[in-house]
Amino acid sequence: MPCSEKIVQWMHDYLDGDIQKEEEQRLRNHIQQCEACREHFYALEKTVAFVENVSHFTPPDDFVKKVMYNLPREKRRVRWKRWFTHHPFLTAASLFLLLSTSSLWAVWQEDNEFSFSKQEHLIVQNHTVIVPEGKIVEGDIVVRNGDIKIEGEVHGDVTVINGHKYLAAAGEVTGQIEEVNEVFDWIWYNVKRVGYNIAKTLTK
Amino acid sequence: MDMFIRQRIKAVKKGDQSAFADIVEMYKDKIYQLCYRMLGNRHEAEDAAQEAFIRAYVNIHTYDPTMKFSSWLYRIATNLSIDRMRKKKPDVYLDAEVSGTDGLTMYSQIADKGTSPEDALESLELQQMVQEAILKLPEKYRTVIVLKYIDELSLQEISDILNLPIGTVKTRIHRGREALRKHLGHL
Repeated sequence: MPCSEKIVQWMHDYLDGDIQKEEEQRLRNHIQQCEACREHFYALEKTVAFVENVSHFTPPDDFVKKVMYNLPREKRRVRWKRWFTHHPFLTAASLFLLLSTSSLWAVWQEDNEFSFSKQEHLIVQNHTVIVPEGKIVEGDIVVRNGDIKIEGEVHGDVTVINGHKYLAAAGEVTGQIEEVNEVFDWIWYNVKRVGYNIAKTLTK
Repeated sequence: MDMFIRQRIKAVKKGDQSAFADIVEMYKDKIYQLCYRMLGNRHEAEDAAQEAFIRAYVNIHTYDPTMKFSSWLYRIATNLSIDRMRKKKPDVYLDAEVSGTDGLTMYSQIADKGTSPEDALESLELQQMVQEAILKLPEKYRTVIVLKYIDELSLQEISDILNLPIGTVKTRIHRGREALRKHLGHL
């Protein structure tokens, strides 16, 4: 047993790194002389060393993932904001797509007037463009908000937007013939046209 | 406090959940270690550490920036561990005054007087004994001992974490150390 409470108190103060110089000196002097106190002090020091050096365990590798998975859902607004700042290119691209489709949509909605590409030999009757029998129309024909009746020959593509095509038995189209009646077709048609124009300028 | 952590906390407060992953990454080892030493098994430690982080996230708005963030986290983890200890088995802890004589003889048999504590600790048995000795401490001593020796926290920090006067923290550490000495001092 150590000699006194006071000595033991000093031992602990020493181990806490919280001891006055003078007391530390008195503790040292005492320990050198008193075997019981010396043993007590060494036992305490050893205990501290054991506890300090006990091996450290690390949490499993998926610890962070598990915590994150178990968090309550965050605000939707923030998630989008972060996505946008992390993917600037995709943001720009989707913004572009959104704007262009919405402007096309507006055009599609507004553009209800009957129109067609002016070419030689074309005859118009009540919103119907007619390629007369025996005539040859050179170039592409585009008809909007009306029909086309082909009895003669077209050397090029025929596109009917918001209308129908009627191909007579004798009629002939050398290029592609296409009807665009839905808004998605219409968008697709525009996208293709843009692509086609780009390709054309590139090859020039 | 670390600028990085401060900035991450701000982002979390704004609702940016991914910023919290950095905080978890930063403190997971220490929080896990704390829970492990308090509870004594890996599974429970993982569970408690996870819950501590989730609570920190949910209550991030109550965090007072004048306090060290790590102290705040330690407080959450400590309280949680104590709750779990109480629920687990309330009467298994021996009072610091009572030491098992069986344990003593067993410890003394294995004791090898020539080795330093660091060398001796390489043995798995000894690791277990140290852990068992910590687990035998009553909760108020165990808490301060774990905080002091697992993360080398200062008395002031421990006092902040537990919201106790420094004098009380000191007394508990002294008593805890004496109790541990009874189990480990003879090795």
